[in-house]
Amino acid sequence: MNDLTALTLAEARDALKSKSISSVDITRAHLDAIERAKGLNAFVAVTAEKALTMAKASDARIAKGEAGPLEGLPIGIKDLYATLGVHTQACSHILDGFKPPYESTVTSQLWRDGAVMLGKLNMDEFAMGSSNETSYYGPVASPWLPPNWSADKARAALGGDKRGLLTPGGSSGGSASAVAARLCLAATASDTGGSIRQPAAFTGTTGIKPTYGRCSRYGMVAFASSLDQAGPIARTVRDAAIMLRSMAGYDAKDSTCVNSPVPDYEAAVGRSVKGLTIGIPREYRLDGMSGEIEALWGRGAEWLRAAGAKVVDVSLPNTRHALPAYYIVAPAEASSNLARYDGVRYGLREPGGDITELYENTRARGFGAEVRRRLMIGTYVLSAGYYDAYYVRAQKIRTLIKRDFETVFADGVDAILTPATPSPAFGIGEKGSADPVEMYLNDVFTVTVNMAGLPGLVAPAGLSAEGLPLGLQLIGRPFDEETLFAIGETIEQSAGRSKLPDAWWA
Amino acid sequence: MSTQTHAKLIRGADSDWEVVVGLEVHAQVTSRAKLFSGASTAFGGEPNTHVSLVDAAMPGMLPVINKECVAQAVRTGLGLKAQINKRSSFDRKNYFYPDLPQGYQISQYKSPIVGEGEIQVDLTPDHSIRVGIERLHLEQDAGKSLHDQSATMSFVDLNRSGVALMEIVSKPDMRSADEAKAYVSKLRTILRYIGSCDGDMEKGSLRADVNVSVRRPGETLGTRCEIKNVNSIRFIGQAIDVEARRQIAIIEDGGSIDQETRLYDPTRGETRSMRSKEEAHDYRYFPDPDLLPLEFDDAFVEGLKAHLPELPDAKKARFMADYGLNAYDASILVADRETANYFESAVQHGGVSRDAKIVANWIMGDLSAFANAHGLSVLDAGLGADALATLVDLIGDGVISGKIAKDVLVMLLGDDKGTDPRELVKARGLIQVNDMSAIEKAVDEVIAANAQKAEQAKTKPGMLGWFVGQVMKTTGGKANPQAVSDVLKAKLGLS
Repeated sequence: MNDLTALTLAEARDALKSKSISSVDITRAHLDAIERAKGLNAFVAVTAEKALTMAKASDARIAKGEAGPLEGLPIGIKDLYATLGVHTQACSHILDGFKPPYESTVTSQLWRDGAVMLGKLNMDEFAMGSSNETSYYGPVASPWLPPNWSADKARAALGGDKRGLLTPGGSSGGSASAVAARLCLAATASDTGGSIRQPAAFTGTTGIKPTYGRCSRYGMVAFASSLDQAGPIARTVRDAAIMLRSMAGYDAKDSTCVNSPVPDYEAAVGRSVKGLTIGIPREYRLDGMSGEIEALWGRGAEWLRAAGAKVVDVSLPNTRHALPAYYIVAPAEASSNLARYDGVRYGLREPGGDITELYENTRARGFGAEVRRRLMIGTYVLSAGYYDAYYVRAQKIRTLIKRDFETVFADGVDAILTPATPSPAFGIGEKGSADPVEMYLNDVFTVTVNMAGLPGLVAPAGLSAEGLPLGLQLIGRPFDEETLFAIGETIEQSAGRSKLPDAWWA
Repeated sequence: MSTQTHAKLIRGADSDWEVVVGLEVHAQVTSRAKLFSGASTAFGGEPNTHVSLVDAAMPGMLPVINKECVAQAVRTGLGLKAQINKRSSFDRKNYFYPDLPQGYQISQYKSPIVGEGEIQVDLTPDHSIRVGIERLHLEQDAGKSLHDQSATMSFVDLNRSGVALMEIVSKPDMRSADEAKAYVSKLRTILRYIGSCDGDMEKGSLRADVNVSVRRPGETLGTRCEIKNVNSIRFIGQAIDVEARRQIAIIEDGGSIDQETRLYDPTRGETRSMRSKEEAHDYRYFPDPDLLPLEFDDAFVEGLKAHLPELPDAKKARFMADYGLNAYDASILVADRETANYFESAVQHGGVSRDAKIVANWIMGDLSAFANAHGLSVLDAGLGADALATLVDLIGDGVISGKIAKDVLVMLLGDDKGTDPRELVKARGLIQVNDMSAIEKAVDEVIAANAQKAEQAKTKPGMLGWFVGQVMKTTGGKANPQAVSDVLKAKLGLS
């Protein structure tokens, strides 16, 4: 049984196609694994019955030779995707009991292609966080053991408040943890400032945030509309490519979705990187960056050079403004996007003497501390007298950041290589309790990509001296995800696939 | 354009005052679907039956612009002789209210779809003013809160939530309640000609925020107050008058005007403060990141322009030039597009041209009187343009007299609706008697029966009218009155 969860998405697909396994079997194997891994807290809702029904239907289609590209493959869905009649709360209390009468475009495309839904995955509340600690449903533990921890010690912590266990990153912490712990073959995630890529780096998985507009946002609970983008987390670059092909595509229901054909991303996996030009941006070399991350970055460049790519130094001069500008734009949009959670039509309602009290009670009790903080920041930066000083300036910076990238790409650079995170995974309860900015700094390498609307892929690049996964980020030209998959696989192969942690939590 | 400033001044206790008015008219766009969703815009549905997931602001729902609403805004802009902005954008206006599900209204704050334009407003047949248009932008309507359905709760109906509105902002170019009323009425006519708004103020399709300030002639603009959501042309006029008098009284008492939002209460005939400038919302406008800038090309605009109907000013000018109507008649006929078309059909019916002035008189006279008395439009009164044309021809050809024609019209609007007037006068024996021998016989009979009066008439020609009346009476009104008069003159020796 456990063997079935050890398969990659591509391997499972091929085994299903050759009928050497059935969808019901591999689905059951994952449901069992989820049951045993409850302590990780990766899933907030398991749809076992639905999964088995879908698996049976898949097996029937496979038997009839009508299999879709993802036929019979069990996957997990981040809780911010609307799934018909199923728990959809973006892990917030304010959406208490919400089960949408509709399906997001991305998930409906996955079901169209035959995928099987295992359940909904934990995340930071409204995708606001970098450690999955802001979830109303509690933190998610990474399947990776903290350095020098025994399995017994970790199991004990799982049963308690989980402090000291590693975070899987965030906001797509449930997705990353579940994929790394082999609870699903792959998962949907979403990325507003790094929420796919940082968790992928922390858990030794692959994640890609495609170009803004590549995937429809219809039915995804919005955080910051101009930055949000759907994407997968998977165990290999190839698996991520297979997932993205089904998730991407034009949708008339999202005005910002781009109408261009979706390429066969998997075909780009294995493509040679020979002759490509890889840029190394000098501004990403931060003061006080750990030697380990710097060494990893250099190693990545070496691998690509060895594979025939040309590595050049490039400059993205406005990089240092990206994080502060991001923390104006994202909360500003969020403050407006989250206004609809008012206790009037759905979700939580905390009554009050009049409508204002109802709003105040509902929103004070329904939103967690980090969400409230960002809503207040967002409201502040948009308010009369501050708008020009904050929001308008942040938008100007955004334009400059975009221009930086355009200049580099115009100079013939095919992709940019950077670290994914300033450090390996940290512990639950370790960061941000005194100073939220400490947590925000996790996004320093990733937010520029959202601000510029570009595709960004994080591939596993080996382990730290303490045995924790590290990732490298590749930033590509708009709609050139294929090049990122090709280079990403080269890094993955060069680094050698790290053995995923044994199931100490079971 | 003459300026009759003195006539418009308001007399205060110690001086004359000028009122300055600007209007923000909210016109519901005629379209099948809402501005950003596919839900129906039909009026009068059961509460919350025309609501899509987008209108209810369900999580993850996104707005998608309705192209028909864009086309309607551009058509209207062309009708207002305004700048059409080929690139505009949508902003969010943020505030909390239960009938605003998103927590923000999508509007165009920074860059509207239509820029400056103007409307010619006729105050009298020979006096018109130009009122500048500042801008026209598209925005969403809110839902409706119902506070009278429960003792402890308010109910919300989202049928209107997301319906497209055009906000048409005038410049502060009006100087009296009458000018403001004439402006709204003209704007309404233009919108109805174009078909971009049905202008039905009872259904709330057209409502206005009225900005009013006062000043002594020659002074700079005074502080204005905005009277929100006035929903009839009559109330707009009343609100301006009472608000101007309120402001004048305050200033003359040594006070000053606070900029604020007020409401007009027509039953009490007063405006009341709704919120002061300090209490004004901070709407935190910012560009809506769910929508791309709204862009279209010249071809789109030209395509709409090519199919624009003839607008009231052009039609009025043409009616005056082609049909010899005076300005007054032309103005009245073009005020409603259907009436104008009806007039033209009647004049041109059957490919023969008939006296347009007579046709106009019938429409503006007996026909309008009947329609008004029955609460109908001229078009709905039930007299086809062909029937009106025939009626006019029957008079012109001397088949019936004008007097008989009035009776025929009543029949045609009543029990004989749909009958051919020619058949009707035949069937009812209403055809005018032109047979001279018959007329002479009737005249002779009347003179014989009134020999004494006939003698007197020879020296008192004024008595002719009495004799004509007598002859008409004995002929049942059918004798040709002109012929009767001629024969009488000859026989009484008056010629």
